[in-house]
Parts: sequence; structure tokens; C-alpha cells
Amino acid sequence: MKKLLLSTVIALGLATSVSAEVGETHIEDFAFSFEGPFGKFDQYQLQRGMQVYTEVCSACHGLRHVAFRTLGDEGGPHLDAETVKAYAAEFTVFDAELDDDRAATPSDKFPRSGLENAPDLSLMAKARAGFHGPNGLGINQIVKGMGGAEYIASILTGYTGHEKEQAGTTFYENTAFPGGWIAMAPPLEDEAVEFADKHSNDVRHMAQDVSAFLMWTAEPKMMARQRIGLVSVGMLMLLGILLYLTNKKLWRDIKRKS
Amino acid sequence: MAGIPHDHYEPKTGVEKWLHERLPVVALVYDVLMLPTPKNLNWMWIWGIVLTFCLGLQIVTGIILVMHYTPHVDLAFDSVEHIMRDVNGGWAFRYLHANGASLFFIAVYAHIFRGLYYGSYKAPREITWIIGMLIYLMMMATGFLGYVLPWGQMSFWGATVITGLFGAIPGVGSILQEWLLGGPAVDNATLNRFFSLHYLLPFVIVGLVAIHIWAFHTTGNNNPTGVEVRRKSKAEAAKDTVPFWPYYVIKDLFALVVILIIFMAIVGFMPNYLGHPDNYVPANALSTPAHIVPEWYYLPFYAILRAITFDIWFLEAKFLGVLAMFGSIAVMALAPWTDTSPVRSGRYRPTFKIAFWVLGFNFMFLMWMGAQNPDTVLLGLKISTWSLIGTIYWFGYFLVILPVLGWTEKTLPVPETIEADFDAHYPPKSGSAK
Amino acid sequence: MSEDNGNRRDFLYVATAGTGAVIGGAAVWPMINQMNPSADVQALSSIEVDVSGVEPGTQITVKWRGKPVFIRRRTAEEIAAARAVTLDELPDDAARNANATPAAGETEAFAVDANRTLDADGEWLVMMGVCTHLGCVPLGDAGDFGGWFCPCHGSHYDTAGRIRKGPAPENLPVPVASFIDANTIRLG
Repeated sequence: MKKLLLSTVIALGLATSVSAEVGETHIEDFAFSFEGPFGKFDQYQLQRGMQVYTEVCSACHGLRHVAFRTLGDEGGPHLDAETVKAYAAEFTVFDAELDDDRAATPSDKFPRSGLENAPDLSLMAKARAGFHGPNGLGINQIVKGMGGAEYIASILTGYTGHEKEQAGTTFYENTAFPGGWIAMAPPLEDEAVEFADKHSNDVRHMAQDVSAFLMWTAEPKMMARQRIGLVSVGMLMLLGILLYLTNKKLWRDIKRKS
Repeated sequence: MAGIPHDHYEPKTGVEKWLHERLPVVALVYDVLMLPTPKNLNWMWIWGIVLTFCLGLQIVTGIILVMHYTPHVDLAFDSVEHIMRDVNGGWAFRYLHANGASLFFIAVYAHIFRGLYYGSYKAPREITWIIGMLIYLMMMATGFLGYVLPWGQMSFWGATVITGLFGAIPGVGSILQEWLLGGPAVDNATLNRFFSLHYLLPFVIVGLVAIHIWAFHTTGNNNPTGVEVRRKSKAEAAKDTVPFWPYYVIKDLFALVVILIIFMAIVGFMPNYLGHPDNYVPANALSTPAHIVPEWYYLPFYAILRAITFDIWFLEAKFLGVLAMFGSIAVMALAPWTDTSPVRSGRYRPTFKIAFWVLGFNFMFLMWMGAQNPDTVLLGLKISTWSLIGTIYWFGYFLVILPVLGWTEKTLPVPETIEADFDAHYPPKSGSAK
Repeated sequence: MSEDNGNRRDFLYVATAGTGAVIGGAAVWPMINQMNPSADVQALSSIEVDVSGVEPGTQITVKWRGKPVFIRRRTAEEIAAARAVTLDELPDDAARNANATPAAGETEAFAVDANRTLDADGEWLVMMGVCTHLGCVPLGDAGDFGGWFCPCHGSHYDTAGRIRKGPAPENLPVPVASFIDANTIRLG
């Protein structure tokens, strides 16, 4: 019956990955600080990523599930209250009660995407899986993670420079995008954003920074979640040991007496 | 409960007697807890407690989620994000509920395959088996309904595909489909009624579980030898059994805790592994995802559904697929009657063992295929062809192999009693008890 | 030896049951806490109101914690009228002001005009716009005392929001509020 259990676990892995048709695309397994059970968001990387989003991506892409006040949360960019207030005020939101636009406050959320074809980015890091297979066996996702943030970073660094026109739309060749051609023009170029701490701002670094930021926007509770995972597994292991000993003690007489 | 002779509850104090005369609830709990249980049960008997835990977990987390969820097409997705981001601990309840469903199905498949291997479905436990099949069907329905509620892309398109199956029924199909949907397509009417039914069915399951337990308490549990507990006298029964409390309560709890360690590790460190990323994209009726895949626990049946790619006479392939899909569960329900073997437990049936393991492998294979593109080629054959082979084996196992093996198989000798089997495993120690 | 085993066995059972209880308790607390106000609701427990556009003699009403709050900028006449009232004329002489501190030796602050307003000049009056009788929203610039009048059961409030006539038992309460800069009042 242990065989049954083992094959169950493997089969679960088999079943959960999508078929391997994305073979032509290449997703680089970037190393992020939040990976693994003991991973942590890098507060400064999140702030840099937020700056990249603000200066580059927000022109077209919304972040409509993210409330400005969460930018001050621990475990995230952790900006101070004044900065959050000032940052929010840069954005305009529609107030139904006033029936008019007004400057955003921390309790408001980021606006929706300005461009219709530009998907909202709040959940993008969870809405895409960077890793699949091999051959539908789901092992890569166990070992490397779902790969959402890696997918985003690979898209941003995957432009080859080639373009083509089709039915009036310009497409850009990209090694990470399924199908190989993406409608979004390369949004990043080296030194497009300047960081106050003079952190490296080549495309590769900015791509990783904004991807980490988007992982946070998608899963702001990741740190709490991992902590609960550790605590509950620890407590259950203790209980498991005690129950094992109790069980053994209980059955000893039955197994001996026979 | 009837069946195995054992001591019953005797109310002692005045309060106990007062209550017992009016509502013998203590007696009921006592009889359930102290049920004489075969003393040789192995670790494949723990899934019942895991299933009970999962039912409780899903109901509790589900009720909590409903406090914060809004069942309207314009608000559902956002309300789930509200739960994930703003509700205190909401993310935990959401992930517990989503992964709890997976744990529920892992446990039910282990539980069912245990029953298939040890012949638990055979007389006198046919009703327990049938009730179990009904519980399984209710679980499938509940899981399907629940997955629609977050209103992601997979929620919407999964609902579209599965409700579309009803349209395949000849004659009444389209009327039935429109009735189910509340309109021409999956929309707000569908979401609202799915929400109502998703809240209702778990309590139907609770009722069925109560009857399920009543049934196997009446017959007594099966055990790995398939040999019945001796029940001519209390003394004899005591040689084959131990009381459920404390021996199996503690053993079950230990196993449950081990399972929960793995479960909490998944919830804490990879809670989206068993899900589909497309469900983090809000439902869009105008944009079909590249691959519509159900949750993993439906995949074997999804493979069977898609395996029938040809028409037979006036019956369309689509409808035949639906028949095959539901038929594969119906045929499993028939096992008590198609299995003709005089020997109950697979332990003593060498040929049956092979057929059983092939069935298990087939189930996993079908599961894998359910997620693949049907046109992909594996070892020279298309996935759709392999699925058909798997489907034929599945039906063949229950309809052909089980009856034939029962008549023709040369079985191994079966132990005389449970006590004999237990003693063989745990030889009595001579000398002092140290 | 069996006594030893007995004690050891009991300790094990107690330890197991105890650990189980602790884990059970740890699991129960989040179930209760999830019903507490969520982060978005808590975020609105304190709001900032821009009052730069409020002229003397006018009022704005803002929603705060689900209820209306009157923010009125009083004219010199209104201030004078409020300050002319003596405590014994008031059915309710308590200040009902979350920001006011009692005078030395007193247990509560009294409803003198200085204890009703946000600023020392007495220009700014911030009060819950909920009648203390049965909860209707009083109308401004109405009633016999130049302040507010509740149309539901006829309570009259004066220019400092104090009940003067009618069934309402208490003055309109002043919530926790303060100026964080010249143009902005923080509520809560």
C-alpha cells in the first residue's frame, strides 16, 4: 500500500502541469530572494521594483487589487506613512460619492490599466507558470517553484530585437512569450530608471526588481504564509512524535499478549 | 449496533439515567467509540479519519469564506482578492480550503482503492460501498461547483465545458443545459445557483457519511485478511478485536497528524502547485484559455470523457464520452456483484493482485493523460488512443476481469481467524512481560 | 515498576493531549479573528479631510466609520451666541468631546463652548451628525437656537451642537479629531 501512496504523490505531480507545448520558449530560472521555505522579500528590491513599475509600467498597466496603504506594510516595500501618502496622491481615482475624480489616498487602490490590451499586473506573477513538466510530470514546479516571477523577468529580458507586422499590429520577437511574438514593445532599456542608492539599473536587474515587486503585489502575505507553514509543521511534528509514542505504548500489550 | 457482540452503555448516575430515558445519545456515542474493531487493521484503514477531518475542514473554512465572498459575476473575483489581502488570516482560509479539497480527494482515492484491494465492497458490505459511491459523486459535484465560485478563467470555462456535456444528451439536452445554466451561457444566474448548491451539498455529504458509518458499524469493519470477526460470543469477538477507543482513535490521530504535516507544508510553501495559474485571471467570456483543464482529481474521468472520439450509430461521440465518464463510476459501484471470488481479500489472490495494480497504474496514467493534449503522440500512439485503451481496461476490470477471476483464479490459503493472522505477525513472547 | 510505567504513561498521555489542545487552540484563534474588521475597514478608521474650501457659516458632511460627521466653520455671531449660553441652561451639561480633558478636580469636562470646538478661536465645530435621540441626521441652519434641528422628533441643537429642546438626551458628540495642518482635519 506504500506503493499506492507513492504513486499517488507522483501522479498528483503528473497531473498538475500543463502539456509540454511551450517547449520553444525559454524561461530563465532567476534566483529570487523570496524563493524556498526560508526565502524573504528584499525590501529594497521591492522599492526599486516599485519605482520601475511607477516610471515605466504604470503608463499602461494597472495594479487594481493593490491598496496604496499596503506599500507601508511590513514584509513588503515597507515605506513610511508620509511617503505612502505622497505617493498615493500622485494618482487620480474616481470617487462615486463625489461623482468626480480626486487625488488618491492610502486607503484607495491603484488604478486599472490605462491601455485596454495591457493586462492588470496585480496577480500576473501567479497568473503565469514559468516552469512546466518535464513531459507533464510536474516535477519542475516542485523543484523550481511555479516560476511566475521568473516568467515576467524572462519576458522583460527576452526581446531579440526583431519585429514584424501582422494585421496592422506590430509584434516583437521574444524568447519567453508563448508563440514567440509579443504585442508589447520592449518596455525596458538600460538605465531607463535611476535608483537613488545607485543600484545597478541595466535591463536584467530592473527586470528582476520589477518581477520581485510584482511577486509581492500578487502574494503580499507570502512571508506570513511561510512562517505559519514552519510553525504548524513544527508543532505537528512534536504532536506526531507524542502520538507515535502514545500509540506504541497503547498497542504494546495487545501485540505482546497475543 | 448489531453484529458483533460487545458490552453496551449502562447509565450509572441519576443524570445519566434521566438523559438516557429521553435521548440515548451517550449510548450512541459509546457504541460508536467502543465498537469492536478487528485488531489487525493496517495503515490503509486510516483514510476514514482523514476524510472526516477534511469534511470538517472544508465546512469550517467554507463557512468562514462565505462571510467574505460575494457571489456576483462583477464582484466575485475581487471578493476573493479581498479575502486574500484584507481579511484577517483570509489567505490562510482560502489556501486551506483550496488545498483541503485536494487532500479530500487524495484520501478518497486511497480509501476507495483500499476497498477495491481488500474486497471491502463484497457482501455484506454492499450498502456501505454504494453509499460510499454516492458520497464520492457528491464530492465531485461539490468540488466542481466550488471551483466556479472564484470566477477565474478556469472557473468560467470549466463550467462551460461541463455544463455543455449536458447539452450532448439527445433530445432533452439543450433544454436541460439552459435549465442548468439559467440562460444561454454560463453567467450570473449560473454563479448564484452554483453558490447555493455548493453550500448545500456538503451537508448532504454529512448525512450520507452518517449512514455510511451506520452501515459499516452494522456489518463490522473489513480487515486485511478478509476473514470476518468471530461473533458467536463476546469472548470470541474479543479475541479478534480491540475497542475502537483508544486503540484506533490514537492510531488514526497519529496518521492524521503525519498527513497534516505534509498538508501544512504544501499550504505554507507551495499552495498554488495543485491549482491552475489561469484561475488568477478574471473570467472572460470572450477569450478561451489555450488549455482548459479541470482540477487534478477529475483528470482520469476527463481522459475517459475525451477518449470516445467516434460516433456509434445515432449516438454522437460527445454523448458517448459523457456516458463513458459516468459509466466508469457506475461500473465501480457494481463491484459487489461483478466480483465473484469466494475469497474477499486481494492478499490471497495472486492474479487479482496483478490486475489490481494494473488498474492503479491505469488510473494514474489516465490522470496524466487528462492533462495532455489529445493529439500528442506517446510511443507511436496518440494520447486519445491511449486514453481509449485505458478506458477499455477500466471497464474491462470491473465487467470482465472481476467475474472471470472469481471463477478461475487459484487463491492462496486464507487464515482461519483474525487472531491467527495477528499472532502469526506478532508471535507471542514467551517469558515475562518487559 | 508498573507504578513507574503508570506515571510515565500518564505523563505521555497528558503531554500528548496537552500538545493537541495547544494546537487546537492555535487553530481556533484565527477563526475568531477573521470576523474582526479587515485591513481595508481598519484603514478607514482614520481619515483626513481637506477643509480649505469651507467658508465661515458653511458646513461639510463627511462619512467616517459609516456615519456622517458635520464639520462646520462658524461665523463670529455663531461663536458669540454659543459662548453666551450658561451651563444651567443646558439639558446636558457634559462636553461629550473625546478630545476634551476635565478641568483640575473635575471628573468630566463641561459643555462650555471652549470644550466643544476643535480650535482655540472657536471657529471649527466637528460633531457626529447623528441625533442622540434615535439616530436621525439633524438638519443644519435650522431650529430655534440657530444650530441644528432634527426633523424626526423635533430636537433642537444650538450653534455649539448642544441639545436645548426636544427629546434628545445628549449633546451631539465630538469625535477624536485634530488639525494635522492648517487645512486638514484628521478624524479618528
